[in-house]
Amino acid sequence: MSDATDQLHTSRDAAQTPSPSSAASVATVEGYNFAFLDEQTKRMIRRSLLKAVAIPGYQVPFGSREMPLPYGWGTGGIQVSAAVIGADDTLKVIDQGADDTTNAVNIRRFFARTAGVATTTKTSEATVIQTRHRIPEAALHEGQIMVYQVPMPEPLFRLEPRIAESRKLHALGEYGLMRVRLYEDIVRHGAIATTYDYPVIVNGRYLTSPSPIPKFDNPKLHMNPALQLFGAGRERRLYAIPPYTPVESLDFDDHPFEIQKWDAHCALCGATDSFLDEVITDDAGTRMHVCSDSDYCGSRTAAKELA
Amino acid sequence: MNALPNSRSNAALRAEPPMDEPLLRVAGLGKHYGDRIGCADVTFDLWPGEVVCVVGESGSGKSTLLNALALRHDIDAGTLHYRGTDGTLHNLSTLDEAHKRRLLRTEWGFVEQNPRDGLRMNVSAGGNIGDRLMAVGARHFGDIRSKARHWMAQVELDPARVDEMPGAFSGGMQQRLQIARNLVTEPRLVFMDEPTAGLDVSVQARLLDLLRSLVERLHLAAIIVTHDIGVARLIAHRLIVMQAGRVVEAGLTDQVLDDPQHPYTQLLVSSVLPV
Amino acid sequence: MNSGTNLPTSAQQASSSHAAALRTESVSHATREHDVMLRAQGLHKTFRLHAQGGAAIPALDGVDLTVRRGECVALVGPSGSGKSTLLRCLYGNYLVGEGRIEIRHDDGHAARWVDLTTASAREVLSVRRTTLGYVSQFLRVIPRVSTLDIVAEPLRRLGYDDGDAAGRARDLLDRLNIPERLWSLAPATFSGGEQQRINIARGLIAAAPVLLLDEPTASLDAQNRAVVAQLIAEARAAGSAIVGIFHDEATRDEVASRTLAMRPVLRPAH
Repeated sequence: MSDATDQLHTSRDAAQTPSPSSAASVATVEGYNFAFLDEQTKRMIRRSLLKAVAIPGYQVPFGSREMPLPYGWGTGGIQVSAAVIGADDTLKVIDQGADDTTNAVNIRRFFARTAGVATTTKTSEATVIQTRHRIPEAALHEGQIMVYQVPMPEPLFRLEPRIAESRKLHALGEYGLMRVRLYEDIVRHGAIATTYDYPVIVNGRYLTSPSPIPKFDNPKLHMNPALQLFGAGRERRLYAIPPYTPVESLDFDDHPFEIQKWDAHCALCGATDSFLDEVITDDAGTRMHVCSDSDYCGSRTAAKELA
Repeated sequence: MNALPNSRSNAALRAEPPMDEPLLRVAGLGKHYGDRIGCADVTFDLWPGEVVCVVGESGSGKSTLLNALALRHDIDAGTLHYRGTDGTLHNLSTLDEAHKRRLLRTEWGFVEQNPRDGLRMNVSAGGNIGDRLMAVGARHFGDIRSKARHWMAQVELDPARVDEMPGAFSGGMQQRLQIARNLVTEPRLVFMDEPTAGLDVSVQARLLDLLRSLVERLHLAAIIVTHDIGVARLIAHRLIVMQAGRVVEAGLTDQVLDDPQHPYTQLLVSSVLPV
Repeated sequence: MNSGTNLPTSAQQASSSHAAALRTESVSHATREHDVMLRAQGLHKTFRLHAQGGAAIPALDGVDLTVRRGECVALVGPSGSGKSTLLRCLYGNYLVGEGRIEIRHDDGHAARWVDLTTASAREVLSVRRTTLGYVSQFLRVIPRVSTLDIVAEPLRRLGYDDGDAAGRARDLLDRLNIPERLWSLAPATFSGGEQQRINIARGLIAAAPVLLLDEPTASLDAQNRAVVAQLIAEARAAGSAIVGIFHDEATRDEVASRTLAMRPVLRPAH
């Protein structure tokens, strides 16, 4: 069986870089269509995706199916990936930046078993990357597809709970409400307090939720060479940011958008330019900072050791 | 012209308002609820800087009329035209949603009877006033806040309270906050629905005086619905009296109140409790 | 039927050259039509009180009145003869049933005749703003507005700057013996006489070309009556056409150039 994923270990030991599995070495589960969903469903999702790509940032409804995992665990992202993935694709799945967390491992195994596709942990080698809550540090290139898992696609939902009204606001491009919310943040905290799921304007038109990625990653959305797709299973919406689309994070002229900064560097690879997780290492509360992006960190560590 | 030699002829004798056309033209306006008349056959013109009060008792149709004029209800009969800042006459019945909403946010204002209906209670005073500015693209936090402070001063609220929530203000102050929220985009036409109802008498007087001076200084046109004749006497140029959905009398405020012709008007005027 | 007469009052007849000069003036004025400022013709008015079963109370039954620049016409007659009613009709405050009321109105662009009985509300307000002034018997108090601002307001409305308007208001209040300590207060708590003088100041400050005065000297002492009489004389000298009701005969004799006798309407109008 030698499921490639079983060979991945959870430590960041640079000596054993996990190798991508090839399609031939994976046995697919019997009785399921390629990538689990039936062809009609995949076609329906692709039609919706085409519409989403044609109207960047606009939420397109789709017939979200019952998936073998509950809502809130990435059913939207999985359906989008299932609709676009092909036999020749190489899939990477990350959760909070890491390939080796439980959810990432399970989703990757799901596709390996139902589609028999090759999988990888290396950002540069993947053709489809499904993610929850992070964008990889390594720059993406043309031809890659990023699939984001989205819990709540509607950026206005806390400010305007009425669906009919929020639809109208989107239709008319009336986003003053969101600006008022940011204004209130500055009044209350002296600065815009949102640190993740920071609202953006896509292609100068639609207010969009970039999914709960940290605002640190927002600049990566802008003019990205890759195709970015967003799937929300429970809410039955998907949307898209086509390659090279301008994406602007909302701010005020005198309170411009700023990304997070740390005083520390990664304890493992020494990076100062990546998103750092703070890890508590013992009961005394000792902390260390490590890169959230496991592939990035691992590559840098490996490069250091080779050097 | 006779009279004082220098001063008067030299003074900027404010001649007729520059726009010699009505701001709003209402013709045969009617709104029904099934067989019941909400309001019917209402015809009048509103000129820039003019304040018209619509008075009547409950069920007179005055609120229906106001809501129809402010495009909150569709009308069943008649026409409604508005002259935009560029001078063109717009047929409001055929105006699309986007334009309607923009109009209501910029050139028009609506002061609700209960200020809580016209304010965002979970947004600070400054945020409430800055709301319309942000809706039309204002992007500088400092500017928005100082404009909000300016307008708070205009409505006699302490600008230092710009970051407080509306719930921290009294009813009369909330009403003034609502007025500031509407005036920040310098509208030309403001609708008001019983702006002083529910306020203490001394607070009413203060608010009316504020409205009076704002209307004059900003050359606002206003349509004010009220059941209180005293309000009309104080701030309206013209008066429209409604009963059972129809206009029974209309004219100069002091003329309608001092020399009422219609039986209902006479009843209204004579019913006012003497002070 | 009440009618107009051009005969001067007996007091004037018996008096000095001053009266004679006035009479001469009014005669020579009569020959100059372009000095006519107000022309009321065939005024009829009946009050209909619906609360009293539609009772009809006739008030005016065919009044004619022409007033020229510099004239002051005093309406004389017993109470109930329609004097106040006529004044209010001339101001557009009361409606007339029949007749015309024409005012020579200069709106800043050109002079033209406005018929108050057919004019729109807007036109009437325009006439009142620049041409037609009215001093009622009672000061309508607006809460919170200071005495100074009440008096200065008509000038501000005309476009005078605040400083000028306030300055003239102060002068006038001074002449009318309103103490300076009261200028910044709202007049709601002042005495009747004080309120009346403020009313007069407000009514006369803008020197309207046509002035309507309803009992301007009621509740004033002799000293202040004299001041008011002087102000009226100055207005006339500046060319205002004035119609007034003067309860006090001495003042009337002093300020009026002629009178119009009025009598109550005896029979209900048809």
